[in-house]
Amino acid sequence: MGAGHAHALYVHEHSAVHRLPPHVKLVAGIAFVVAVAVTPREAVWAFAVDAVALLTVARVARVRLRFVAVRLLVVVPFVAFAFALPFVGGGATVDVGGLALSEEGLWAMANILFKATLGATTSILLAATTEVPRLLRGFERLRAPRVLTAIAAFMLRYLEVVTGELRRMRTAMAARGHDPRWIWQVKPIAASAGALFIRSYERGERVHAAMLARGFTGTMPELHRDAVTAAHWAGAAVLPSIAVLMAVAGWVVR
Amino acid sequence: MSTPVIAVDGLRFTYPDGTEALAGVDLHIHAGERVAVLGPNGAGKTTMALHLNGIHRSATGSITVSGLALADDTLAEIRRRIGFVFQDPDDQLFMPTVHDDVAFGPANLGLRGDELEERVTDALRAVGTEALADRAPHHLSGGERRRIAIATVLAMHPDLLVLDEPTSNLDPAGRRELIELLAGLDVTQLVITHDLGFVLELCERVIVMNDGRIVADGPTRSILADEPLLRANRLEPPPGL
Repeated sequence: MGAGHAHALYVHEHSAVHRLPPHVKLVAGIAFVVAVAVTPREAVWAFAVDAVALLTVARVARVRLRFVAVRLLVVVPFVAFAFALPFVGGGATVDVGGLALSEEGLWAMANILFKATLGATTSILLAATTEVPRLLRGFERLRAPRVLTAIAAFMLRYLEVVTGELRRMRTAMAARGHDPRWIWQVKPIAASAGALFIRSYERGERVHAAMLARGFTGTMPELHRDAVTAAHWAGAAVLPSIAVLMAVAGWVVR
Repeated sequence: MSTPVIAVDGLRFTYPDGTEALAGVDLHIHAGERVAVLGPNGAGKTTMALHLNGIHRSATGSITVSGLALADDTLAEIRRRIGFVFQDPDDQLFMPTVHDDVAFGPANLGLRGDELEERVTDALRAVGTEALADRAPHHLSGGERRRIAIATVLAMHPDLLVLDEPTSNLDPAGRRELIELLAGLDVTQLVITHDLGFVLELCERVIVMNDGRIVADGPTRSILADEPLLRANRLEPPPGL
């Protein structure tokens, strides 16, 4: 049953990065992204150092560059508008291949591209080295509301169950000659969405009964205590420290 | 006689829409028994079983589990004593990993740390699935899911295992493995099923339900040989009896 999706973002390896406790990685990742975000945009060399640091992490984690590059494409729609900035920005212009582009706009574009790429790469590496259940545990450990992590966990667990049901309903429709091509054929789809909702609701009731049967009292129990050592924190601190150093240096030499 | 694991007396239940699901059920099961509950769809088998651990509550009748009467303040302990394995493992296994699912019950009992890990490991070992601890339930076969569903309740050290149609949706090899697993478990069992071959092989006692009542209760061989009784309750004698 669609086993492919669950591991689309995870790289099964046994590296030092994989072994770090999830909440330590989360803190390190967030700190790195914040430091990158506050680095002045003119400090291009700082972003270069940050990029090298991230690529080193990828190397240690045995995550291939191609794996990261393909998943980085997800940022393209979000940064697409950045390419318009050099054309619409005001102020001084520079001549690039015969086009008079706004200098301010070019800097703004570069700023968005650098920071978006570094940020997205960080989250790709985090996901590549941490399975989703462990990631959720990391959030729990960082005191994220248990209700939210539980909702995310149920979504993770039942996404494939529900899509499986949807697939079977569509197969059943196709088996009876339903072949929607036009908008006015949408009615059976709408009806199946309703049926899917009812089925999911009923499953929710059965799951709740199964939870009660095993002593559920309204709060999800805490199941894990990942052992955390100073060495874990020290190892994880390397990456954000570099970015903080670069951010500070960027502001100093500005 | 010893204290029964389950003592149900005069249990009645009517659904909110007025349908009478249980019309006075009396049932005693003693330690070490393996009892099958047979009957047509809609006979009240699952409804009766869901009363045993207080998922359904009825104002009429009493339920006692190993001497402890079901009431609001005993609900948690009753639910520990009754291990309910639901028909669809996708309902039973709701956590992201097998390990977390097996840990859910004992963690609700307050166990933590090494004690909790020990329960999880023991339960997974009892059903022969230690290697699957870190897997996601939706990536497992039907037979594996069924065995892990059993592990999730074994981890709570129940007095009685209630299984709702455990052989449904299993291939013959998965069904065979399940029979061997249940035969090897040292716990009292109540099995709701339509699989008469399974009953013949595993259960020494059979209860037949229809219209919310127990209409027959006796040794498996004599009940399964009573053709008029079986036909009257939409059952049929298993081949080879």
